Amino acid sequence: METQEMDAKMTGKKEMARPFEEEGIIRVDNLNLYAGKTHILKNVNIEIPKNKLTVILGPSGCGKTTLLKCMNRLTDLTPDIKVNGNIYIGDQPVFGSKTDIVALRRKMGLLSQRPFPLPMNIYNNIAYGLKLRGKYNRAELNDLVEYYLRQVNLWDEVKDRLRSPAVRLSIGQQQRLCLARGLAVNPDIILADEPTSALDPVSSEAIEKQFAALSKDFTLVMVTHVLRQARRIADYVIFMYLGEVIEMRPAQEFFEDPREEQTKKYLSGAFN
Amino acid sequence: MEQRSLADVRALVKRHEKPARTGRKLGEEIFFRSLMNIASVLIVGVMGVILISIFYKGISTFSWSMLAEDMGSGFYLNRGGGIKNAIVGSLYLSLSATLLALVVGLACALCMNVYMVKFPKLLNAARFLLDLIWGVPSIIYGAFGFSLMVFLGVKTSLLAGIITVALFILPIMIRAIDEVMKTVPAGLSESVLSMGSTRSELSYKVYVRQCFPGIVTAVLLAFGRAVGDAASVLYVTGESSKTPTSLLDNATTLPVAIYNQINSPYAATQDKAYASAFVLTLIILIISLLSRYISKRYQKYRIY
Repeated sequence: METQEMDAKMTGKKEMARPFEEEGIIRVDNLNLYAGKTHILKNVNIEIPKNKLTVILGPSGCGKTTLLKCMNRLTDLTPDIKVNGNIYIGDQPVFGSKTDIVALRRKMGLLSQRPFPLPMNIYNNIAYGLKLRGKYNRAELNDLVEYYLRQVNLWDEVKDRLRSPAVRLSIGQQQRLCLARGLAVNPDIILADEPTSALDPVSSEAIEKQFAALSKDFTLVMVTHVLRQARRIADYVIFMYLGEVIEMRPAQEFFEDPREEQTKKYLSGAFN
Repeated sequence: MEQRSLADVRALVKRHEKPARTGRKLGEEIFFRSLMNIASVLIVGVMGVILISIFYKGISTFSWSMLAEDMGSGFYLNRGGGIKNAIVGSLYLSLSATLLALVVGLACALCMNVYMVKFPKLLNAARFLLDLIWGVPSIIYGAFGFSLMVFLGVKTSLLAGIITVALFILPIMIRAIDEVMKTVPAGLSESVLSMGSTRSELSYKVYVRQCFPGIVTAVLLAFGRAVGDAASVLYVTGESSKTPTSLLDNATTLPVAIYNQINSPYAATQDKAYASAFVLTLIILIISLLSRYISKRYQKYRIY
């Protein structure tokens, strides 16, 4: 009964009540985004619950990545983008002239499709993130670098070559390094944009496991177009199609009992 | 249109197919390949002849005392003396001008690639303008520097030369660094910014590291132009037969010295021009090797 009420509100799409029981930490409020004359995100209203793994699912080109990049305002780097509406992290607006975007971004790590290690050695890749937030002495720095590398199960693989360039690592290792670097900034939220799409199955699994473990202490938002991956790890699913949010449900409900026509089609593999 | 079957398409392709490498096609390939070979041999050959003649003629008239003595009053009149003042003048001039252009040019290239990404039209206009002034002959810069000096009422000096040469190599420096920075993947900027770095941290901690080898190349390119150019400093540094000791002294540079030596009526002085050219080539060689060594050490950290 409750879910039906919820859905009724959702299909209204204008004002959306809190869809999940948990407290939302990221709230997207009537967000519209135009690139030039193309309307990319259309009236997006979502709330993302704290310390859960939320997956944004949808076919290619539906605006998933754009939505993710709005959350830490990487849209600043792209010319000719217009944004209406707003996103709130806690109670802080992301778009707004008074927003300290640098401080806000520290609360959010981003893991991109391809790993982009910094042009430094492995040790400094992690230390860079740490030094952004404060000053540490040598011993503290060593400890923390080890801690974060262990967090992503990379320590044993790299402990003998911390001073070698980060690019010498394999792609899978680089991606885990990037995750460790993101964690070293000590964020509350981790945004991930198809973090396994460039990885081999073993590395993908490693990242997935990591994510599942991290979702206890961090809010994770992961964009993917891989259904099976979403099935495996998602707590909540947001399904997007052509710039609109179609459905937004706890994962189990979403996969077992999709309500919208497009969702059913997508889940049965009609478009991908 | 009705869809063709695979057999259909294959038959069509077969009907239009040209022989892969026979007859005219083969002839064309041989022709252009030999053209390429001839061009390569010509370029390498000409370069070789220039270098060998400078070294051969230069070494025969070169003496270590040339490096140790100033020109004195009668150098161009074959009354002895060396080119120490010209070597030192050239090094002072081009090193300081390169440093000055690097400081300004690096900031400018970073601004274009980190801060101005939101304004592609402005950026295009800036790049176009820089390319335009890259092509302006150096004598124009000399004339500009000279008229500026007249306007300000200052005398010819090493400092005026440094500023003029810095202006002259600035567009080279900016565009060379800019071209390298354009290749920094957007994902790297996004990753770094999303960690909560400021744009200046992105600039000086990441862009400069990632582009370090390219920046070294740009410095080398600019230094090469600065040290080898005679026209831009002709009006502004004045002439001096002594080693400059302050920024406000007059100075002579190697290219100008070579020009004057060749213009000398004495055959022995004319021959010494080759020794000066030899020294100039050596300076460029040393700087090239040094910068290659430096850039190699940082190359390994570059991503992609």
